[in-house]
Amino acid sequence: MERVWEAYGLTEEEYRKILKTLKREPNHVELGVLGALWSEHCSYKSSKKHLKKFPTKAEWVVQGPGENAGVVKIDEKVWVAFKVESHNHPSYIEPFHGAATGVGGIIRDVLSMGARPIALADSLRFGEFNYHETKRLVKGVVSGISFYGNCIGVPTVAGETVFEPSYKTNPLVNAFCLGVIPAGRMYRARATREGQLLFLIGSSTGRDGIFGAVMASGEFSEDVEEKRPNVQIGDPYFGKKLVEAIMEIVEKDLIVGMQDLGAAGLAGSASEIAAKSEKGVELYLENVPLREKDMNPYEILLSESQERMLLVVEEENVEKVKEIANKWHLEGAVVGKITDDDTFRAYYKGELVAELPVSLIVDEAPVYDRPYKEPEYMKEVRNFNQEELPQTDVKEALKKLLSSPNISCKEWVYTQYDYQVGTNTLLIPGHDAAVLRLKWVLRPELTTEKGIAISSEGNGRMVYLNPYEGGKFVVAEVCRNLACVGAKPLAITDCLNFGNPERPEIMWQFVKAVEGMAEACEELGIPVVSGNVSLYNETVEKNEIRNVFPTPIVVGVGVLEKAEKYTPSKVEKESELYLVGNLEENLRLDGSEYLKVIHGLIKGDVPPVDLEKEKILINLLISFNNKELITCAHDVSVGGLLIALLEMVFRTPYGLEVEVYTDERPDVFFFSENPTRVIIGVESDKAEEVKNAVEKAGLEWMYIGKTTEEKKIKVTFNGDTLLEDELEEYEKLWRTSLEKLLGST
Amino acid sequence: MKFAVCVFPGSNCDYDTYYVIRDILEKDVEFVYWEEKNLSKYDVVVLPGGFSFGDYLRPGALAARTPLAQAIYDFAQKGKYVIGICNGFQILTELGLLPGALLPNLNMRFVCKWVNLRVENERSAFTRKLEKGDVLRIPIAHHDGRYYVPEEELRKMEENGQILFRYCDEQGEVKEEVNPNGSVSNIAGVMNKEGNVFGMMPHPERASEDILGSHDGLMLWYSLLSD
Repeated sequence: MERVWEAYGLTEEEYRKILKTLKREPNHVELGVLGALWSEHCSYKSSKKHLKKFPTKAEWVVQGPGENAGVVKIDEKVWVAFKVESHNHPSYIEPFHGAATGVGGIIRDVLSMGARPIALADSLRFGEFNYHETKRLVKGVVSGISFYGNCIGVPTVAGETVFEPSYKTNPLVNAFCLGVIPAGRMYRARATREGQLLFLIGSSTGRDGIFGAVMASGEFSEDVEEKRPNVQIGDPYFGKKLVEAIMEIVEKDLIVGMQDLGAAGLAGSASEIAAKSEKGVELYLENVPLREKDMNPYEILLSESQERMLLVVEEENVEKVKEIANKWHLEGAVVGKITDDDTFRAYYKGELVAELPVSLIVDEAPVYDRPYKEPEYMKEVRNFNQEELPQTDVKEALKKLLSSPNISCKEWVYTQYDYQVGTNTLLIPGHDAAVLRLKWVLRPELTTEKGIAISSEGNGRMVYLNPYEGGKFVVAEVCRNLACVGAKPLAITDCLNFGNPERPEIMWQFVKAVEGMAEACEELGIPVVSGNVSLYNETVEKNEIRNVFPTPIVVGVGVLEKAEKYTPSKVEKESELYLVGNLEENLRLDGSEYLKVIHGLIKGDVPPVDLEKEKILINLLISFNNKELITCAHDVSVGGLLIALLEMVFRTPYGLEVEVYTDERPDVFFFSENPTRVIIGVESDKAEEVKNAVEKAGLEWMYIGKTTEEKKIKVTFNGDTLLEDELEEYEKLWRTSLEKLLGST
Repeated sequence: MKFAVCVFPGSNCDYDTYYVIRDILEKDVEFVYWEEKNLSKYDVVVLPGGFSFGDYLRPGALAARTPLAQAIYDFAQKGKYVIGICNGFQILTELGLLPGALLPNLNMRFVCKWVNLRVENERSAFTRKLEKGDVLRIPIAHHDGRYYVPEEELRKMEENGQILFRYCDEQGEVKEEVNPNGSVSNIAGVMNKEGNVFGMMPHPERASEDILGSHDGLMLWYSLLSD
């Protein structure tokens, strides 16, 4: 038999399963539908088994995983919907449009829950600047996000950008969106009875992005150029009009349910609605508004043209929905109908072109329990003893670290994003978490005093060194960041970016990381409400097979009792500075930026997170914020303690006087990235109360210095002065290094 | 005083502007849409920021050819107040109600950040609650904010007091280092010769509450309301 399945991204085994169910050979269109919907990207076939390990429930969770976005309650009147998703493969092939459509796609996911999108965040990973393509990729991706997010009018309020060699030919572009919903008005991909119509609204359909889902489920080889036509092209202007039209439609209560068109296009969303409604569906492909001539049924079904939404509408409301589409200069047409059998049928000019059981497309999609085993590299990275490291000059090391693109200020990135449109952003990028108020929830009458905090993290290097502990580390850090601004963490959404799951070593990273994340979520009481898995982030070259560092990007959402009552990460008034948290754990340099930048090593084991102490620290920070006991709080993370201290005074009028007494080596003390540690600023008259509260909670504190009115830095270590300088020379390095690496244009 | 906030497809600061007028200034305000032809019930028309018609062709070019734009033109001819913010400013130049043009930023990148503005003329309807030389802190967010007029026209505008704001440093010094987009003579906001049409690239609606970082933007509205 000819290996017909390969062209559709299917395996021989999968093809046989199709033959067995259909009892006939599938035609070209049917194979296209199955190939797309059984792809890793759509079916989660390698990951499904393990994703079940995540806790997903809590009293405040309205909608957990399985829908277009998770939904949690903020208060009695307001819910929020949010999700993070990857657009990695398209962004390497075509950085500008790949990243732009990533933003558009996640906005539509949130919109399809009936939510108005109000905030975006982006987590980006690139190779280092010695790789000749990095500059072009960074500029393309950032301008793509800027182009789409700014135009559609949703502020980009948070994010992170990390540079590491493993991402050089496979950058990670993960986009997060959050939207608001008046309580009780959530929509899902549902029809309620047969006879309801499917109304396609948005852009017209073209040939772009056909087979995108299959492409996103394969590894890269040297034929990247040929894949360019698989990348979708986004138009934020249509995206904006679609948002306004959908908002008008839901405000007028004109639809039953909806599903956006993403991976696998019309075939994907129609079968999704049918499966979730336990119904069948009929499509009339000649009704789909097209932007190109002579498109065949296969292309119409699988096109991934952007800015489209499939609405489930009662017949009597079709005209009203059409009027709204016309008003916003959008295409709109009835393209199908809900039926009462379990069958997906597509007709083109009366001819049946595809007929498949819905259960075969969705529920019977293959699930794999892929084998996994510990990789060899683990032994090598464990062979590390920090005592054997040569001592270094703290000042020199500090300057090198400030120049590292992973630490230097990301202003070049975030000033290209409109982070203020919507006038809800209270804490702008550069703090541990973004803070938003909700001045209105869709309507002026509907308001809340509560604030929303958003933070994203994903330290791939730590996860690489120990996926299980690394998974815990990432979840704990996100929750800690939210607590630093004073927010109670409510839930997370995650995007799991890993290599090729058919390699047992990669599958092992995946399984362990998920288990570590799940444990942290369980212990900290934080459910996972939505997410996405991106596998096959692998490049096969002649001499090297390169998988990305295992990178779970975790975005946490928290709530503040009063939006304007938050704790900043930067110094705003004269304060004493204390390190608080878990200070009993041995300090380690394993996996630190210091170890990589100064000693050229990515080695060691992840400093384990004591989740019990982490939980105490989180609660303590929230209570400090609510009682207004502290002036600022900043998490010690990449770069370590001294970097964290500097970040607190950079771009403020203040300087620092650090005074430390310890038995540790200075490099270990200042550059360790041990978790569960936060620097807080306290006014002198409140210091006793704060220290007592820390002790009473069962955590440790350490006086670390104070802010000064002069913009200088002085560091004394066991009585010896290590540094005494103008702050400006350090701040300038921090502020300008990334821009210098990117060049002026 | 009754306000209209214009909505074109792609406007995205419409709600923010409406919110400041309704909830902060507590004035009467309504949205008017791009096909509207009648503005007779309003005293002030505000064109908010955004990407009207996706910035296709040139920012503001298509919005300037809508029925609403024609109505705004006629409204302005009657001497009524028209304010354009960011994309609204771009539309007003496209419409010929304000001199000059807004070109892509010199570095060709979108820029979102807080800037300082020096008040250049305190006698206009939009600045009369301010003093000449006052420094306002208001954010910008644009890709095409580089103001340009030919030298001869610039000289005339200066003589007429049409330059209302210039980008400056915190102390109020106008210098090239703090010019965020390459605007000629650091210009951030201008009015027409008659003094009833005003446009600026910075977003006063984003600087109208202390919790957002500044309330300096309110001074523009207060000036207008003190009529």
